[in-house]
Amino acid sequence: MSDKESLFSKKNKAILLNPLSKDNPVTVQILGICSALAVTAQLKPAIVMAISVTVVLAFSSVIISLLRNTIPNRIRIIVQLVVIATLVIIVDQLLKAYSYNISKQLSVFVGLIITNCILMGRLEAFALGNKPWQSFLDGVGNGAGYGMILIIIAFFRELFGSGSLFGLRIIPESWYIANGGFYSNNGMMILPPMALIIVGVIIWVQRSKNKDLIEN
Amino acid sequence: MDKNSNKYIFIYASVMVILVAAVLSIANISLKSAQQKNISIEKRQNILASVNIESTTENADELFNKKVLKSYIVNSKGEIKKGDAFNIDMKKEKQEKDLEKRSLPVYEFSIDGDTKYVFPMYGAGLWGPIWGYISLDSDLNTIYGATFDHASETPGLGAEIATKRFQKQFQGKRIFDDQENFVSITVAKANETAPKQYSVDAISGGTLTSKGLQKMLLNDLGAYRAFFKQKKSE
Repeated sequence: MSDKESLFSKKNKAILLNPLSKDNPVTVQILGICSALAVTAQLKPAIVMAISVTVVLAFSSVIISLLRNTIPNRIRIIVQLVVIATLVIIVDQLLKAYSYNISKQLSVFVGLIITNCILMGRLEAFALGNKPWQSFLDGVGNGAGYGMILIIIAFFRELFGSGSLFGLRIIPESWYIANGGFYSNNGMMILPPMALIIVGVIIWVQRSKNKDLIEN
Repeated sequence: MDKNSNKYIFIYASVMVILVAAVLSIANISLKSAQQKNISIEKRQNILASVNIESTTENADELFNKKVLKSYIVNSKGEIKKGDAFNIDMKKEKQEKDLEKRSLPVYEFSIDGDTKYVFPMYGAGLWGPIWGYISLDSDLNTIYGATFDHASETPGLGAEIATKRFQKQFQGKRIFDDQENFVSITVAKANETAPKQYSVDAISGGTLTSKGLQKMLLNDLGAYRAFFKQKKSE
């Protein structure tokens, strides 16, 4: 790769956009499933988590990529973890100081971000062997790919589990059995197993559309 | 230097750890005052919420200062202690084993001509601490309002104690029975028979958080028994 390569060359675009479809971290690489189950009962936390992971992933990728030629091979995982954890804690401290409400909602997620396998997975697989700009794009792309899946899952779970989207009522109150109607929320949707089933359905749909992904 | 030599690894790891520690300490120290301010605003908002006053982060300080009549600290014998009630950290007070040594804050509010008393509480839920404020009418028996919060209870289950829907149940409940015995509030499951005026419905699926809340109410409201008695005889 020459230094004269444009910032958004074809190759770089592929790094950014592939994680959204045929190289999606959740549905193809099967990374970050645990947090995809934990935060998708409603849309709002899912979006907060998506943004946080994207930011942390993009910047930790850049840092690891800058350091890649100095990191001793034998302690590389530790170095990656230290970089991720430091970034997350600094973001958390900043939010606590300047955006307290968001930080309160996020406090549960801080641990989930640090242990998110997408972070370690991408640092190990990409940032350790690529230049900072490409690593940044890879981080943003994978964060967005992860966020996209989170939002799709959260959409279905909140709509059918709570009858609302972003906390706003979508299914009219009068439809509910309690109010003399015929409808009832699906309690299963609130629970994590349903998120796993939705991930499965997304993988199914994606593979039936993109035959290249099907293993022999 | 050989990147895989022990010497290089030791130096690399040491430098990294020292750098990271420095960065984190600087972030922590420089942001502390802004964080403290947010925490105290939230505390004021919570206390206001317990007397059913809605506030925003912007007007919480102003509303609090306008509405609060006075605040003071008592001990478990009901005697007034010196100090600023607002700066009492309930977490630290609860660690004090000797009940008589604990500082118990009281806030008095004047709402529509009636005096309301606000009492803080702090206890344990399932995963982490839970805390809250309860306000009583001037009879020091009927609950006027309640607010609870938690650090890490399960979303959708135990975390429901922080919702308005759960907290609204407390309004109008009583903590003393007709014989003036302290009964606190029972957080009752469907199959438990507890008199309606002294109990609220527990959260389905949040049994351990509900139990923790009930224990917190019993212990922390109970600590004020002497104070209640004294105020009532005045």
